[in-house]
Amino acid sequence: MNKPLRRISLFCGLLVLALLIRTNWLQYVQAEELSTRKENRRVQIAQYATERGNIIVQGEPITGSTVTDGSDYKYKRTYKDGALWSPVTGYASQAFGATQLESLEDGILTGNDDRLFFDRTIGMFTGEKKQGGNVVTTLNRAAQQAAFEKLGTKKGAVAAIDPRTGAILALVSTPSYDPSSFAGNSTADGKAWNELKDSEDKKLVNRALRETYPPGSTFKVVTAAAALEHGVVKEIDDPTDTPEPYILPGTKTQLPNSHTGCEKASLNEALRISCNSVFANLGDKVTRDKMVETAEKFGFNNDKIDTPVRAFASVYDKKMGKDGNAQSAIGQFNTAATPLQMAMVTAAIANDGKLMKPYMVDNLTAPNLDIIEKHEPQEMSRPLSAGNAQKVQQMMVNVVAKGTGEKAKINGVTVGGKTGTAQHGEGNKKRPYAWFISYAENADGTSPVAVAVVIEDSEGTARDDISGGGLAAPVAKAVMEAVLNGQK
Amino acid sequence: MSVVTNTTTIGAIELPSRRNTELMLLAFAVVIPIFAYANVGLAIHGELPPGMFVYGAGFAVLAGIAHFVVRRYAKYADPLLLPLATLLNGLGVVLIWRLDQSERLQNLAKRSFGAFSPSAPNQMLYTALAIALFAAVLLILKDHRVLQRFTYISMAGALVLLILPVVPGLGADVFGAKIWISVGGFSIQPGEFAKIVIAIFFAGYLMVKRDALALASRRFMGLYLPRGRDLGPILMIWAMSLLVLVFENDLGTSLLFFGMFVIMLYVATERTSWIVIGLLMSVGGAVVVASFASHVQARVNAWLDPFGCYATSGACEQVGQSIMSFGSGGVLGAGWGQGNSDLIGFAANSDFIFSTVGEELGLSGVMAFLLVYGLIIERGVRTALAARDPFGKLFAIGLSGAFALQIFVVAGGVMGLIPLTGMTMPFLASGGSSVLANWILIAVLIRISDTARRPAPAPAPSPDSEMTQVVRPS
Repeated sequence: MNKPLRRISLFCGLLVLALLIRTNWLQYVQAEELSTRKENRRVQIAQYATERGNIIVQGEPITGSTVTDGSDYKYKRTYKDGALWSPVTGYASQAFGATQLESLEDGILTGNDDRLFFDRTIGMFTGEKKQGGNVVTTLNRAAQQAAFEKLGTKKGAVAAIDPRTGAILALVSTPSYDPSSFAGNSTADGKAWNELKDSEDKKLVNRALRETYPPGSTFKVVTAAAALEHGVVKEIDDPTDTPEPYILPGTKTQLPNSHTGCEKASLNEALRISCNSVFANLGDKVTRDKMVETAEKFGFNNDKIDTPVRAFASVYDKKMGKDGNAQSAIGQFNTAATPLQMAMVTAAIANDGKLMKPYMVDNLTAPNLDIIEKHEPQEMSRPLSAGNAQKVQQMMVNVVAKGTGEKAKINGVTVGGKTGTAQHGEGNKKRPYAWFISYAENADGTSPVAVAVVIEDSEGTARDDISGGGLAAPVAKAVMEAVLNGQK
Repeated sequence: MSVVTNTTTIGAIELPSRRNTELMLLAFAVVIPIFAYANVGLAIHGELPPGMFVYGAGFAVLAGIAHFVVRRYAKYADPLLLPLATLLNGLGVVLIWRLDQSERLQNLAKRSFGAFSPSAPNQMLYTALAIALFAAVLLILKDHRVLQRFTYISMAGALVLLILPVVPGLGADVFGAKIWISVGGFSIQPGEFAKIVIAIFFAGYLMVKRDALALASRRFMGLYLPRGRDLGPILMIWAMSLLVLVFENDLGTSLLFFGMFVIMLYVATERTSWIVIGLLMSVGGAVVVASFASHVQARVNAWLDPFGCYATSGACEQVGQSIMSFGSGGVLGAGWGQGNSDLIGFAANSDFIFSTVGEELGLSGVMAFLLVYGLIIERGVRTALAARDPFGKLFAIGLSGAFALQIFVVAGGVMGLIPLTGMTMPFLASGGSSVLANWILIAVLIRISDTARRPAPAPAPSPDSEMTQVVRPS
């Protein structure tokens, strides 16, 4: 009976061998994939096992961590003024994942980033608990608060940039949400999450970066820049050859103006009273391809604008016909822009034609506050020459001084701006969007702040009263004042 | 000089008994779990676990008793079996204790049953009982061949044990498998004991019938088919194992019994045709069952793609959790007490205890455990090879083959190599029946190996040789 016994022993050996091969396969070959699967709750357990680092605004954290009991996750994220800052921070929820800065800088915040390896190793020997690093933002608390308070219950967004560096000073989206309300994984958190997720107001959407609107008349500054850059207009006070009424090229459609005096109006005058006919005419003369070229230099059609939170691409259609181009030149038709994009346009003009790459993380620090990565301001492009930029500035100042943007005036400060009231919806039936873009100037001619404000809807305002100048300009003014006051 | 022998040195004329080797190995087998225990305590609570030395001493005493009994009553037994079993049992208790500390499992138990009771003290108690039983087997069973007399009683006994869980009022349906009976607050898994009892029947029956099965056969399609009256009991076993599966939802036990039977049949008759027939029959049985029993289908699906049905099926979630446990352990493991294998849920300390090994001890730990199991199997097969009587050979190969199959089925199941069957890892998993039955199994193997390695008795002095010695050359 020994021969079959030997074979059986071989068989038993093969069984054990199969198990050994399997365990090597699982624990060596597949280990990485299995340990990071989305179903694997260990990933999140580890994420919330140590105190998370903070997101910091002007030296003060706007986030925190608190210990929770009776859950797999030890620490829970807390937010100070959550609704105010959520467009910046995003959220980090035990049950519902993380977004925006909380997600993008997760490695630093949890302390798992490779650049913190040295700190972790030291901590292992000194017995210190693992800590997360901090994310220091460029935001300006006063500007953020001013924008948030001025928007109030209105649905809208504000983006403010320092034109000199590209640093984002304010990023507001209303109505907002408090990330603290669903940071844990209790039933109450789940309820809060579901309400937000299904909210008609799309509270979870960061309108400043992730929503595009037709920019309306605010886009006229881009058309003005293109007309100057491509030599269609040499002097801003020379009359143009715009007829009244103006017929869209290739059609029989009249393009109406809301103001009289647009016939053959100069560029300067046309911007002041916001003539549709003049800018549609100019856009047509510049031609579609050159309009696209300038718009793209301002950041349109770019889906990789990372602040580091990625902004949706703003659109200037590359394939439309002549009439579409003429309408797009006044910010209608297929043209769409995020509030950040319009803030970038304003910033480029205010910064004498130099567009700086927008960013909101100034530096990342280790738990011991050593800086491990610092953002250096970068030039993104030059949409227009310094001379032409100053011409556009001059026109924008005119708009605020004695045009549609008078509500943005600040005593003793040079302010340039442009209003916009964008039609949207089928047959323009929906309530229009109110836009305002503006910048303020220091005594030395440099500009510390450029703002874009969009108000999507404001209940209680009669339809005819909705205008960029009336609704959005005061918000922009408050933000600019906050920044200017902070400089003193 | 060699006449004066004492108990610690080995007589020069006898085979070495290797008892001192066993004692030394046993010391390791006791010390390693104690270190593991300390490690878990330090990792979870930051301090040495309470009563560490008391428990350690208790465990050492138990091992010492087992060793003493072997030294005294099974002098020539294989020296590896006892230390290996002790090591596994000791580490098993530590793993269970570690899972007892899991808040997650405590909360789960409170939610499901209203209260949480730790399993480690019970396991320690069962270990003590099991070692007492181990000693009792060695004391009572002086020669394994005695068991031949109980061939048919064993068959009846095994049947009764298997059927008990389906008897109304006695059986307990726990998580869908009807493999427990509960008597006065204790639950017993009769299947574990049936494993040993049925091996006695197989060995006894096959020893008697092996010639008939091997030789009195007709050739059919290149295979030697035995006569119906010899084949009858085999078909009966096959049917029985299917019935066990169908009525008790116990895929593992039926596979184990059938596999054990085929192995023993093959060894007894030395005919490969049995393997072929056995495989065909089990494939047939598996197909039939898989197409009727929904829970088997669920497990097959879970095996094919655990993450495809992860959110919708409990079976998939369990297997998926288990595989992720192994993957998260990686090469070196998270360390004792520092993994999250308790995410698997209520079966973490029984069916899925091997996942905790995978996560906390990593690839290296799992391989070490598999090799320890492999060594036990190897010593079992070697015992079968060394045994001089066919009954002993069959009995030993039956037990070790069953042990090997069980390891393969359980570990393969939790590692996603084969569909999950819901058996327990011998010595590691929490549960009294399993510990008791496996210690009995080790005792039986030790008894057979003792008989096998015992030096042949000196030839009886014959009158003739007496005569020749008288004539001395001068």
